[in-house]
Parts: sequence; structure tokens; C-alpha cells
Amino acid sequence: MRNPLSDKVTALEPSGIRKFFDIVSEMKDAVSLGVGEPDFDTPWHIREEGIYSLEKGRTFYTSNAGLKELREEISKYLSRRIGVNYDPLHEVMITVGGSEAIDGALRAMVNPGDEVLIPQPSFVSYEPCTIMADGKPVIIELEEKDQFKLTKEKLLEKLTPKTKILVMPFPNNPTGAIMERDEMEEIAKIVVEKDLFVISDEIYSELCYRGEPVSIASFPGMRERTVVINGFSKAYAMTGWRLGYACAPSNILAQMLKIHQFAIMCAPTTSQYAAISALKNGDKDVEMMRESYNQRRRFLLHAFAEMKLDCFEPFGAFYAFPSIKRFGMTSEEFANRLLREEKVAVVPGTAFGRCGEGFLRISYAYSLESLKEALGRLAHFVRRLDGC
Amino acid sequence: MREKILAVIEKNSRIDIKDLAILLGESEVAVANEIAQMEKEHVICGYHTLINWDNTSDEKVVALIEVKVTPQRGMGFDKIAERIYQYSEVNAVYLMSGAYDFTVFIEGKTMRQVAQFVSERLSPMESVLSTATHFVLKKYKDHGTVIAAPVQDERMLITP
Repeated sequence: MRNPLSDKVTALEPSGIRKFFDIVSEMKDAVSLGVGEPDFDTPWHIREEGIYSLEKGRTFYTSNAGLKELREEISKYLSRRIGVNYDPLHEVMITVGGSEAIDGALRAMVNPGDEVLIPQPSFVSYEPCTIMADGKPVIIELEEKDQFKLTKEKLLEKLTPKTKILVMPFPNNPTGAIMERDEMEEIAKIVVEKDLFVISDEIYSELCYRGEPVSIASFPGMRERTVVINGFSKAYAMTGWRLGYACAPSNILAQMLKIHQFAIMCAPTTSQYAAISALKNGDKDVEMMRESYNQRRRFLLHAFAEMKLDCFEPFGAFYAFPSIKRFGMTSEEFANRLLREEKVAVVPGTAFGRCGEGFLRISYAYSLESLKEALGRLAHFVRRLDGC
Repeated sequence: MREKILAVIEKNSRIDIKDLAILLGESEVAVANEIAQMEKEHVICGYHTLINWDNTSDEKVVALIEVKVTPQRGMGFDKIAERIYQYSEVNAVYLMSGAYDFTVFIEGKTMRQVAQFVSERLSPMESVLSTATHFVLKKYKDHGTVIAAPVQDERMLITP
């Protein structure tokens, strides 16, 4: 029999998180600081809108791009939140989570051999999706000394004549880093000057604890060269609904829509109806959740300081990225021992890129009680390593 | 800071001042002072416990009573309300807009006890015109907390 598999897919590394997940799932009584999703339930008015749509028998496909009313609400939302206007009919499409939009944007824009700049540590899918699109991933290794922000110098260092796309993953999973207006502006200037395009993954944009969210699409000359990706998972605690969106100038979006049309048809109809309520009536929910995450963020950082675990202050998402370099272990060793000896699950920084070595991703999307329990165990582990 | 303190302790009055200060990014002293001040100003009126009596062996009956009254000259409703709320059986008294004047929550050991209170104490008051008693059959949610179902974290332990 011939090899049934594609060489390209076979050569892809499976996600480092998956590997760790398999170990963790054997441990029944482990407590976790390892999730990448909110601990809140989706606000009831949103869930009820989904239920209502089912009761009404709205179980058909929507148009490929998604419900018009939802696209209009997204357009209004982006206009008021990031100050960028998108035509709901030609510049907005609804996707199956932000993940589909990342994949679609890369496939729509990359030609074989084009270089895609991917700052890491960052979400697990940019690199494999670039490879699947026949692009060449070029990793920009972000550093703790820069608070894991993308700097002008780091960007210029990796530019070549083949560079076409820059992925902007801020607020960042796993580091919690954000980019502030002036820092973003410097990057935008280079992008325009060097005629690059940007895929801006803004899925955590509502979870920003300092200043207002800034989109790179809002800088002069950037709207026409940016695909803005966002969604409902993090801001409205809707991960399981699988609903995201992409906004881009119509020439790019039309091509993304073609891929979406053939691969997906349309995003889940129930989720789309629910999401309308999220955008129309969800502001106070988002505010409540943001405040709650922010409180837990402070609690986590305080606990790290007490156990002398070095950590830069993250101002976005719901992650902290403490350094474990002083213990002389790799991230994976540390995470494995922490799991086996104290039954606490965290994700090794290396799951998000090689430069995540020496760090752990710790999520604070947990109740205060769960956080206390898990941080107590982590502190115990650290004390033992410190020999006291 | 005041609103933030209240939002937290409204849900969890047992939280340590130390933890509360960390959550809010304030100093312990500042938080303690603010709470003391709010107690003094009677913004904070007490620290109660939310009990699901249905899960204990204690028998308890709660009734909501709609009360219509004639307000007294010069005193409005407050004087009558006071005469009602002084009883230890009375858990809560609210002045209402609409078809009747007061909502009174009464707690007793048996239905008979509650009925007796209404017929012997409440109804005979001179300003009370009429009462309508509704017994609570089941509490689903109280003080913003769902009583029936304990919450479980069903998320996978590790996700990207």
C-alpha cells in the first residue's frame, strides 16, 4: 500500500500542549492552572438567545459570511472600541472561532515561500497554519526584558525581501503582554514603510488591565493592510460556541470567504444568534469579568512575589508567565515535577515556542478558592526546591 | 474603592482583609479603614450567612405577606412599618409601589405559627386594612446566589 499521508502534515509537530494534556489527564486529582478559557459561564441572556433561536427552529445555514445583523453589530462594536470602520457587507465575516480566521487569513494571503513573521511565545497555531499555507514561518523571539512586547529592533532584525506578513498576537497568550499605543505605532510605521501585511489576533482585546485596547489597524495606512481577528470566546466566555470573526479590506476578505465557503459553509447558526445578544447587551458582563480577572491577576502576582517567583507584570489576557530559570530545570521538567509531586497542572512555556524555555504559563481564570489551593501547592514546591 | 469593596464582600463577607486588599491593589490599612467607615455610616449593615435551610433537619416556613394599610396622619408609612418590623418573626419589610403597601417576610416553625402571627398580630393592627399570605414553597436563588445547584468546574485541565 502506498503511504496514505501528506508529507507536509506528517512533518508538522503536534501541539506541545497536547503532549502535556495526555500526562495531566491521567491524574484524576490534579488541580489546574492550565486552562486557556474563562471560568465564567456564558452570561444567561446570551445563552437564552441561543436557546430561543433553537426553539424558533432557526436551524438552517446562514449566508457564508454570517448573519447580516451580527456583522452589523460587529462593525458597530469595532467602530466604538478600536475606532476602525468596516463595511458589514463586504469587510466582515463570521468564522468558527478565531482559529479558523487565523488559518483562513494565512491561506488567503501567503504564496509559496513567502515569509511570515511570528513573534513567540504565542498561540500554538500560527506556525503550523503558516506551514500548511506553504509559507515560511520566521520566528521573532520576544524577551522578558522587553516585557514580551514586539520591539522595532526585533522586527527589523528579521525582515527580508521575502517577508510578507507579520502576525500581531496581542494581548498575548501565553505571556499576558500587551502593546501600548506608542509601541504599536512604531511597529505600524515599519509595516507601512516595508509594505507588509498584518494578521492581528485581538481575541483578548477586551481583557486589558491598563489603558484601552489598541488595534494596529487603527494607525494611518494600516487598515488596508490588516486582517483583524477577534471573537466571542474570551470576552463573553463563549469558547464552546466556536465563534469568531475576521475583518479586512474587501479584496482580502473575499478570498478568505472563498476558503470558508468551501471548507466550513458557515459558522454555527445558534452561536451567531446568541452572539448578537452578546454585542448588543453584553458590555456590563464584559466589564464585570474584566474586573474579576484583574483582581485575580493582582492576587496571583502577589503570591508569586511571596514565593519569590520572578514574573514581569502582565496587563492582558488571563495569564502570567513567571520565570523558573533560577531552579536550573527546563520548563518541561519543572511542569512535570510540579504535576507529579504537588498535583498542579501548568503549561510549560515551550508549548508556545522555543523561547518559552525557562517559563511557565499560569492561568488565573479560576475562582479565588481554586487559585489559593493551587498557589499554595506551587509555593510548597518552590520552597522545597529552595531547600527551606 | 468603596464600590469595589462592596462588590466583593456582597458575595463573600468572610474574605480576609489581607486578601481583599491584594485583590483590589490597595493597602490593608486603607481597606480596613474604608470598611470601618462604611460600618459607621451604616452602608454596611451586617454580615449574614446564606443558609439553605432545606438541607438541614430544621423545619422552617417562610411566607410573603402583602399588606394594605392606611397611612397615619403626619407619619406616613414609616410608623406602621416600625410596628411591624419590631416583631422578631418578621425578616424583612419593604414599602411597595402598586396594588398594596408593604411586603412582609415572616419566618416560623410551622404554617400554623405563621398563620397565627398574621391573624393575631398583623391583621388586628388598627392601620392594617387587609393581608394576603403566600407561603414560599422552594427557594431557587437568594441574594444573587443559586441555592439549588453546587457549581462544578467542568473544563478540561489543560487547554491552549
